Amino acid sequence: MAKITLSKLRHSYMPNPSSDADYALKEIDLDWTDGGAYALLGPSGCGKSTLLNIISGLLVPSEGRILFDDKDVTDLPPDQRNIAQVFQFPVIYDTMTVRDNLAFPLRNRNVPEDKVAARVAEIAEMLEVTDMLDTRASHLSPDNKQKISMGRGLVRDDVNVVMFDEPLTVIDPHLKWKLRSKLKELHQRVKATMIYVTHDQTEALTFADQVVVMQAGEIVQIGTPVELFERPQHTFVGHFIGSPGMNILPAVEDGGRVLFEGSTVTLEGPATGAGGKTEVGIRPEFVGISDTGIPARVTKVSDIGRHAVVETMVGDTAVKAVTDHANLTQGEEIHLSFRPDQTRLYRDGWIATEAAT
Amino acid sequence: MKTENQRAWFFVLPVMLLVAFNALVPIMTVVNYSVQETFGNNVFFWQGLDWFEQILRSDRFHAALGRQFMFTFLILIIEVPLGIIIALSMPRKGFWVPVCLVTMALPMLIPWNVVGAMWNIFTLPDIGLLGYLMNHTLGIEYDMTQDPFAAWVTIITMDVWHWTSLVVLLSYAGLVSIPDAYYQAAKIDGASPWKVFRYIQLPKMKTVLTIAILLRFMDSFNIYTEPFVLTGGGPGNSTTLLSIDLVKIALGQFDLGPAAAMSLIYFAITLLVSWLFYTLMTKDDAK
Repeated sequence: MAKITLSKLRHSYMPNPSSDADYALKEIDLDWTDGGAYALLGPSGCGKSTLLNIISGLLVPSEGRILFDDKDVTDLPPDQRNIAQVFQFPVIYDTMTVRDNLAFPLRNRNVPEDKVAARVAEIAEMLEVTDMLDTRASHLSPDNKQKISMGRGLVRDDVNVVMFDEPLTVIDPHLKWKLRSKLKELHQRVKATMIYVTHDQTEALTFADQVVVMQAGEIVQIGTPVELFERPQHTFVGHFIGSPGMNILPAVEDGGRVLFEGSTVTLEGPATGAGGKTEVGIRPEFVGISDTGIPARVTKVSDIGRHAVVETMVGDTAVKAVTDHANLTQGEEIHLSFRPDQTRLYRDGWIATEAAT
Repeated sequence: MKTENQRAWFFVLPVMLLVAFNALVPIMTVVNYSVQETFGNNVFFWQGLDWFEQILRSDRFHAALGRQFMFTFLILIIEVPLGIIIALSMPRKGFWVPVCLVTMALPMLIPWNVVGAMWNIFTLPDIGLLGYLMNHTLGIEYDMTQDPFAAWVTIITMDVWHWTSLVVLLSYAGLVSIPDAYYQAAKIDGASPWKVFRYIQLPKMKTVLTIAILLRFMDSFNIYTEPFVLTGGGPGNSTTLLSIDLVKIALGQFDLGPAAAMSLIYFAITLLVSWLFYTLMTKDDAK
């Protein structure tokens, strides 16, 4: 168990990076507290796997240091860092039994056999694979194989951090949910720091206490699932999290007012800064349909069960709303109202309103 | 109701004809010879299983069979480990991959009789590069036309040179198909290079290795051209492998009956060993 500190971390896959664009990771400063459940969320190619491989020691960063409990481990190989990693595709040792698979990391470290047996039994019980201990690992189903690779990570009681690199990619949808709750439960039992990399917001938000959202090699926001949903620090977060994502609408500042397609929009608080490209962000959940307000035309209504997603056009801009009334028809002229305390201004992508108190 | 008709047979017919002329007809011709005696003029006499009994009891056959097994055994225990070692040390990506692959494939592209002739000249004591080097520079007496041991060393070396590449290429194909995650997981699990080989690389190479060993077994067990061109079975009978002996009986002595019986026994042994080996290698997978 340890606190993990990433200090001024930069990484480039090129030998001589010159511009910012050459870096897969641009200047990461981050603290992961001991025992936390973190998710690293971002689209494919945003650098999250690079960051994970740097923490595990499979990659040495171009610049910056990694500290485990204030001990510099930047140059240590993976096996000396006491970390565990679960990969996208289940890695199991085909020719071994499940028991030998789980014991493998311990035996490699010359742990006495009686302790190995005890640990393996404990982990197998935790993962509910006790009845499979003597089957050959190659005969397991993908979800059980993935459980075994998790087990190999958890079997060492001195692991600093367990990392998951999109571990549910090859799992059937109905088992994903089960395995995810298993993970959550494991985290509560073993209390190890866990980092979960994914591009799936549902996985990230359900697993983690703190979600780190990355884009193009940069961290755009760190926060609890609620914070990410309610007050995205960047339009990217707003767009990426939520389904459908936040409406990001082009806006013009005119004195103290903010205009969207000619209508005044009331913000959560006073705008900060000046200049730049300004946009208004509001989640579809907070767009209401009313008698007065911003005139819009309905282009599509999709009923998704408990509510309906209404797609509208305001001038040339598409605005989505999530409402309870589905009794709207395509082409109907309506009015939209934005809930002021959920309406934010973004300047060059970053939030530019003071929070309502 | 299912409609039933015999039309499907027409679709199978071309393949059946092909197989018949390819395998069945030639084999049945050999079977035909193996139970008869002929003195030419297309006159045959029924002989029953006499030829089979004669071959199975013949010391000459036993000796040739022994040499054949020795040859195959030696080249397998050299070529398989050597091929794996070379495959393991080949680069996995970058500029040198195609260079290595093409270099490896070159010996296999040379026609068999050319290989025999090349090595024949290569080892000539007075003008061959190897022969001259051994006898005149290093002072080691080396003449495979006189010394059975030298002849054996030469045919084994020749086969290793010619066919190790096959094992290399197949093993390499098995190795590159292993995802990086396996190596990364092994690193994290603290596995030694030996354990990585034993528990990751070897199991993943098993299928291709089974194929490689089977191919090398069948090819080397039936080898004819290269040793025939290189040593002609000599000195004496020391490198007379089964196939060379067979040709001597069939074409040299024109004993078609015994030669046919010997072919069938030869074929049965090849088939039996291949089947045994394949069954043993794939037994674990079914468990």
